[in-house]
Amino acid sequence: MLFTTSNFIFFIIILTVLYYLIPKKLQWVLLLIGSLIFYGIAGTSYLIYISLTVVSTYLVTIKIDKIQEIYDANIKENKEKLSREERKAIKAEANGKKRFWLVLALLFNFGILAVLKYSDFVVSNIYKDFGGFGFVLPLGISFYTFQTMGYLIDVYWGKYRAEKNVFKLGLFTSFFPQLIQGPISRFDDLKSTLFAEKDFNWDNFEFGVQRILWGYFKKLVIADRLLIAVNTIIRDPGTYQGAYVLLGMFFYAIQLYADFTGGIDIAIGVGQVLGIKLKENFNRPYFSKSIVEYWRRWHITLGTWFRDYMFFPISVSKPMINLSKYLRKNVNNELGKRVPIYIATLLVWLTTGIWHGAAWNFVVWGLGNGIVILISQELSPLYDKFHNKFDVKDKFYFKVFQIVRTFWLMSFLRTFDCYRDVGTTFKMYYSIFTVRNLNEIFSGGLMKLGLAIEDYILLTAGVVLLLLVSLYQRSGGIRIRLSKKPIFLNYILFFVLFLSIIIFGTYGIGFDQSQFIYSQF
Amino acid sequence: MDIIVEMLEDLHPEVDFEQCSSLIDDKILDSFDIVSLVTDLSEEFDITISVEELTPENFNSAKSIYEMVQRLID
Repeated sequence: MLFTTSNFIFFIIILTVLYYLIPKKLQWVLLLIGSLIFYGIAGTSYLIYISLTVVSTYLVTIKIDKIQEIYDANIKENKEKLSREERKAIKAEANGKKRFWLVLALLFNFGILAVLKYSDFVVSNIYKDFGGFGFVLPLGISFYTFQTMGYLIDVYWGKYRAEKNVFKLGLFTSFFPQLIQGPISRFDDLKSTLFAEKDFNWDNFEFGVQRILWGYFKKLVIADRLLIAVNTIIRDPGTYQGAYVLLGMFFYAIQLYADFTGGIDIAIGVGQVLGIKLKENFNRPYFSKSIVEYWRRWHITLGTWFRDYMFFPISVSKPMINLSKYLRKNVNNELGKRVPIYIATLLVWLTTGIWHGAAWNFVVWGLGNGIVILISQELSPLYDKFHNKFDVKDKFYFKVFQIVRTFWLMSFLRTFDCYRDVGTTFKMYYSIFTVRNLNEIFSGGLMKLGLAIEDYILLTAGVVLLLLVSLYQRSGGIRIRLSKKPIFLNYILFFVLFLSIIIFGTYGIGFDQSQFIYSQF
Repeated sequence: MDIIVEMLEDLHPEVDFEQCSSLIDDKILDSFDIVSLVTDLSEEFDITISVEELTPENFNSAKSIYEMVQRLID
């Protein structure tokens, strides 16, 4: 069951009514049942994989917790009797046991993900004629695996105690609004609202429904309409070259934003209707002035996951610190400082690329991002000098320049998502400089991309609305400000939004067809 | 303490590290800065800073970094 199906709307309505009718202590149980139905309808075999992840994580976190408990009790009881060395030895032994279980669970769960998602890619790179194993990839597996492994590592680090109720861990892993495409939650963050007993709250309900409508508007009116033009361009690289490639990049930037943030709006909105607070995943990313800033504002929960569970652990690991010390002694201080950062950054971006998909496109895309980030890090003293010399840093026009530059830099990198292979992408880059056809686009070319003039008018209006909302958000929450306006104005506004989704939405056959892009990751 | 402030000033000369107590919360130190600092501190004080120590509470001010270092030396 996808967000863009009529079944999903019925599902949400029935679930919400039941949720506020049943005894409050059963609310989380209903959410678990609802989540399993939601996921089971998408694919019954998916339930087996997600259960394996929940049960293995549960057993291992309980085990790790137990080891810690025994260690704490031992130290407390024998504090006076034990020497410092003995205490250290006991601690090292406990840590070793905990690490064994951690590694086992990580291997098992990332192993499931690796086999299902990457075995075809790996084997087909070795044997050219390989037809594929034909594994069915459970929807959202990359998301829920990352979320659950984050929980496991947090328990291992002692950030909080393990959850004793396996069904609660099951709900944390499978909570349906975030299951397919995030946001990736943290257990300590989500549990306070996920398992709490909730009364119906009109403000939450109203804000939630508004957010859901806004999400559908972005997805159905903007993203799915632009998808038609984007597909026309990228599926026929022989015809659509030169300026069309730039146009495709521009369209894809808007489509992806509207698609992904629309899906997240629906997820957060559904959460809000149910009184559950999900993390924000975007902070107006296209207003970023550098690529580093962009990645802090786009898909925030994935970025922070990689930072906390991969970048930091690698860069401050013993081998890295030893390498850093060695370089400081034998080469120079600066290199010693930077090498751990550089190695960890490239590994993180390689993994981020692979996380997005099992294809060379994503590997190149990931490494491309990592390399651009490191180059801009290296050049930052030069930038600072330039900014100071010409006193441009706070000038409006310079900020606009930085925003436009970052937008296009990201659009160029993102092109690797689009074309069928890396070679074609480079050919298309090349065509931008060699094929001169800008005139063609404006003398009828636009009309050959599958969209009519009405579509372009609607898209322009939609994008202007997106832009206005983004600019408005800069100075605080838009819905809180709207709610201070007369109530009838609010209702008219959202009725218009609702109508525009119904009338202008791009629907596949039976209102069912167009998946969210990120649900494939 | 002075050594720690110097290390921080190397990263961001424009910040008053004696006073600021929201280095992480206000996003003054980013993840690259934190790792540079960890390599500096490990070298200078010969301590092992494990990944569990990389929390906002430990890195929000020069004082909290100093306290963490003291704890790890002990």
